[in-house]
Amino acid sequence: MIELRGLSKRYGNRLAVAELSLEVAKGELLVLLGGSGSGKTTTLKMINRLIEPTSGSVRLDGDDVAALTPSDLRRRIGYAFQQVGLFPHLSVSENIGVTPSLLGWSPDQIRERVDTLLRLVELDPDEMRDRRPDELSGGQQQRAGVARALAARPRVMLLDEPFGALDPLTRQRLQDSFIRIRRELGVTAVFVTHDMTEALLLGDRIAVLSEGRMVQIGAPAELMRAPANDYVRQLLDTPRREAALVDSLLSTEDTA
Amino acid sequence: MNEQLALLPAYLTAHLQLTLLALAASAAVSLPLGIAATRVRWLEQPALAIAAVIQTIPSLALLAVMVPILATLQLQSIGFLPAFIGLSLYGILPILRNTVTGIAGVDPALKEAARGVGMTPAQQLRQIELPLAMPTIVAGLRTATVWTVGMATLSTPVGATSLGNYIFTGLQTRNFAAVLVGCVASAVLALLLDALVRSLEVGVRDRRPRLVKVAAAVTAALYLYTVGSLAGSLVGGGDRPISIGAKGFTEQYVLAELLTQWIEQETGQPTAQRQSLGSIVAFNALAAGDVDVYVDYSGTVWANVMGQTGIGSRAEVRSAVAQYLDETHGIQIAATLGFENAYSVAMRNEDADRLGIARISDLPPLGLTLSMGGDLEFFSRPEWTAIEEVYGLRLAEERTMDAGLMYQAAAEGAVDLISAYTTDGRITAYGLRVLDDDRGAIPPYDALVMVSDRLVEERPDVVEALGRLDGRIDVEAMRQMNLAVDEGGENPATVATEFLRSLAR
Repeated sequence: MIELRGLSKRYGNRLAVAELSLEVAKGELLVLLGGSGSGKTTTLKMINRLIEPTSGSVRLDGDDVAALTPSDLRRRIGYAFQQVGLFPHLSVSENIGVTPSLLGWSPDQIRERVDTLLRLVELDPDEMRDRRPDELSGGQQQRAGVARALAARPRVMLLDEPFGALDPLTRQRLQDSFIRIRRELGVTAVFVTHDMTEALLLGDRIAVLSEGRMVQIGAPAELMRAPANDYVRQLLDTPRREAALVDSLLSTEDTA
Repeated sequence: MNEQLALLPAYLTAHLQLTLLALAASAAVSLPLGIAATRVRWLEQPALAIAAVIQTIPSLALLAVMVPILATLQLQSIGFLPAFIGLSLYGILPILRNTVTGIAGVDPALKEAARGVGMTPAQQLRQIELPLAMPTIVAGLRTATVWTVGMATLSTPVGATSLGNYIFTGLQTRNFAAVLVGCVASAVLALLLDALVRSLEVGVRDRRPRLVKVAAAVTAALYLYTVGSLAGSLVGGGDRPISIGAKGFTEQYVLAELLTQWIEQETGQPTAQRQSLGSIVAFNALAAGDVDVYVDYSGTVWANVMGQTGIGSRAEVRSAVAQYLDETHGIQIAATLGFENAYSVAMRNEDADRLGIARISDLPPLGLTLSMGGDLEFFSRPEWTAIEEVYGLRLAEERTMDAGLMYQAAAEGAVDLISAYTTDGRITAYGLRVLDDDRGAIPPYDALVMVSDRLVEERPDVVEALGRLDGRIDVEAMRQMNLAVDEGGENPATVATEFLRSLAR
């Protein structure tokens, strides 16, 4: 479905992504996991050509994306990112319907699709449709952003820490919604995060990136069983370490 | 006041023509240029720099400089065109700068989202960047609107009618009702146009289709009226009116009125006045045939146009000037009116008596204790250089001021000397004395009715009628007419009518 081959991106002297090769199967969700500067976002944006690679290639359904018109390519790929980027001068429904309208859908089709999507992301169509983005809470905005990414029935979605800026409870609710939506729609997705828990929760497979290189790729259980190096091991350990830390803090309070 | 208000429709229409068309031109240049500057990186700095340089040119100078440029290009050098081009250039910067900042200021996340949802660069611009930059662009448009309305009042000296006619004429003839009408009208116009642009913006932003419709309809109606009235005046029909020029001081307004009424009375020809022209503007316009007739002074042509520094008798200078004008500029002298309006050095009677000064040659010993007020051009004129050299005069201070305020400044003692005009009635009215030019540094200034060759060819009857004014106005008559306007608060037209009536008797 998605195939990266020898993908590199160089900024001046710095190699942001180095010789990255991987494949994402149809219907699979691959998590790109890594800290800041690991090259995960750069990799993601090279798939829909928001960033052009220095060398290497990306294939989508066997087509080299470099041969496609960028705007046509992006209309086939849903894209959601942390800042959401809802257009403030457009209503929620106009935001969600933007790609369908670029593709020339009829107004009726678009209206129907927008309502379906609003319900899918658990927003009340009658209440939300005509609102401006600034009248939405952070969680609602992010839901609308996901709905916009799904609007033109893309078979591929790219998500760049879409829930990163939300409070923990909202984030969890959105993650749950997202798991359900993906199960319903069966889209292929690449999901960037630096949050191990999120990666374990959502990913069919996880690719761990560090300094532009892929350290390891595999299903969560594989990574758990055989971490490639200390970095991966520490990363995998974070949720547990955090839980332990919380436990110890709470028990100290109890005894105090 | 009522006779001032009667002029309002004509002045306001002309002002609207200038303002609205110049704004449209500014926007037509700066919007695409601003958009291009955000796409093509190297374009931004030079475009903004050039616009900023234009802005640093004083607005009056920018308008004035259009006159020789257009004359060189063989285009209409006075009237609508130079004012229109100058105003259009001036309006570019605010719109350009705000277009660039507005588009550059769009949140990068939104630009990324626009690309991410699959918009082409043109769609990003049209659907996202321009709508989001609109408030900033409109703010620039509003700035340009207010500036242009204000600056259009300065197009009077380049021969374009505007509300500035009230202000320039009013200041010169001390008609403060006229100044007031001009200022209030242009301020109200600026506020109204600003509100119009603002309501368009608010209507679009808040999606209020009614407001947008009303504002757009008003705008469209204004443009239709403007373009329609302009086209009407260009196509005209019938005889071309005789164009009568006037420089920016009382005597010139009176003489322009006098020529107007005389031509209409003697030949029945329609006339049109171009008032408050700059000295060089008026001369060039006559040479180019854009103005048919105006009164200038032999010494002005002698010193300023011919660059002569020597001095001859009245007759010598007059005939040298006549020959020069005919040979080099295609200008004829239709009549020598009979009076001289020379520059002179004047001071308060009481000061002159106290200091024992009667002649300019008495001044040099006291020079460094004296200050002098001169009109806008005096200190850069060859006459002043001649006075300085011939008398060896050095002053403590040279202050350039509006000619209308000069006499009062002398009377109040704000300056010790002024560059008075010998026909100005205020010399006696303000208790001033003209100092004798005992060494003959100042050339004679015979008032000459100058006409273009074009008029001689096309309307010999008019030239002949003008010839009948030869020798009919003496210095005392001119002084009385000037005083009646400057101090009596009378209208130049009325004063001219009375004089022509007295001629007929």
